[in-house]
Amino acid sequence: MTVKAWLEMAIHDAERRGLPELKPLLEALAKATSALRTAEWNADATGESASDADPGSRIPGPGPEYGR
Amino acid sequence: MAAEPQTIRELSRALKARQTTAEAVVDGCLQRIAERNPTLNAFITVFGDDAREQAHDADREIAAGRHRGPLHGVPISLKDLFDVRGAVTTAASRVRQSHVADRDATAVAMLRQAGAVIVGKTNLHEFALGTTNEESAFGPARHPLDPSRSPGGSSGGSAAAVADGMCFASIGSDTGGSIRIPAAACGLVGLKPTYGELPTDGVVPLSPTLDHIGPICRSVEDAAIIYDTLRGDRRFLDVARGGHADAAHDSRPLRLAIPRHYFLSTLDAQVAAGFETACERLRESGATLTDVSVPHAGDIAAIYLHIVLSEAAAYHATSLERRPEDYTPNVRLRLEMGRYILGEDYARALRGRELIRREIDAALEGVDGLFLPALAIPAPKIGVPTVRIGGADEPVRNIMLRCTQAFNVSGHPAVALPCGATTEALPIGAQIVGPYGDTTGLLRVAAAVEAAFTAPVAASETYRGPGRSR
Repeated sequence: MTVKAWLEMAIHDAERRGLPELKPLLEALAKATSALRTAEWNADATGESASDADPGSRIPGPGPEYGR
Repeated sequence: MAAEPQTIRELSRALKARQTTAEAVVDGCLQRIAERNPTLNAFITVFGDDAREQAHDADREIAAGRHRGPLHGVPISLKDLFDVRGAVTTAASRVRQSHVADRDATAVAMLRQAGAVIVGKTNLHEFALGTTNEESAFGPARHPLDPSRSPGGSSGGSAAAVADGMCFASIGSDTGGSIRIPAAACGLVGLKPTYGELPTDGVVPLSPTLDHIGPICRSVEDAAIIYDTLRGDRRFLDVARGGHADAAHDSRPLRLAIPRHYFLSTLDAQVAAGFETACERLRESGATLTDVSVPHAGDIAAIYLHIVLSEAAAYHATSLERRPEDYTPNVRLRLEMGRYILGEDYARALRGRELIRREIDAALEGVDGLFLPALAIPAPKIGVPTVRIGGADEPVRNIMLRCTQAFNVSGHPAVALPCGATTEALPIGAQIVGPYGDTTGLLRVAAAVEAAFTAPVAASETYRGPGRSR
């Protein structure tokens, strides 16, 4: 699942559960997940680097930080 | 007339020499709690009668020549994540209001065995999921020097209690910085040992692969005393026989490395200046300071987030379904966020953790420790969500974790200690990180750094040593 598809699903589910206020948090999490997936140190079955392998994983935006 | 003891070491000597009694000291702490807790909200539970009884027993044993060691008769508090038999472990949440512990946490049992007097349980950010202590079912803990400010968190009540003289030390937990952040905010020493060294059973978890426990106290030596007590090690314990010979760093000049990239790139201007002054003090003392890099430090926040939220969500999922209204709103939302993280992304974060661990190992090669700030900002105002740094608004939560969470991800031991103050007299904290598995070595280095910071200075300098801020 791409980050974009995951985010759409997560927001939809949160709204269904009566938690629309989760949306901005999930969007911030999506940026962090995107950064994680495109980090150069990821392994990929093709042997390519992760940053080349899954351009659909990238969500543009400012830094990925969302601390606890 | 001798000055009142400020540290565990000083108090232990006074108790053993019968210059004071545990009952008198505990009474003084309980009186301080009664006076100041309505303002600071540091304690959730106070064990007044039990503490007096423990102190009475300690005095009787010491008088009979049975001095157990440096914690005997010393008043200590516990973050309210630690089980104490017969007491509610609230975790600062209504979710836990009916939980009564049927046994002491292992760490609590070890403190009791050492003769420590448990005076009470301290406030925290609900379930330790936050850095400011604002979100607590019992209301926010407040900073002793300025009650409009946060004492840091999540162990905020612990730091406020120690800094304000309500106890001599507190045992906290640290998942992303929750011991070191409040220690730095309040001008104290806070130790996060190597991952897995100290027992966490009987402690409410946040993220089991990131959770650590450790002391918040007024000197590195006190941190060493508590660390060794909780480890069942006697190396630092024999205070009465002339202090901590093992605690001293050897005479070789310190070699410290500063990871400037990422860790020092977003600092409050006064914190940055205070840290550079501390570096200069170390150089004057003969230390060698070099720059070093953790190449993928920019990935740490994302790695940390995916681990901590996934693991916290696993622990809280059932309660989130059954009694969501019993969480504070923002803690509930952050926990709910963790429930959406995919397994593949948690696995990526675990791979990233190994990379960060190796890079920190590499950064430590050839030096005694890493040297960096413990907290990028001074204690923030309560209720303020962002701070302005370098022309940009930074979320308080993110910026408070920036210097500490890496070493929860990697498991390396780290200690925060005071290194200066702002123009408003708010403490500035430095942090030293040691080789994995060598917390004792880290404490030796920290003792040497503390000595360099507390050496006589020119009158214009603002540093006040730990325990001397009141």
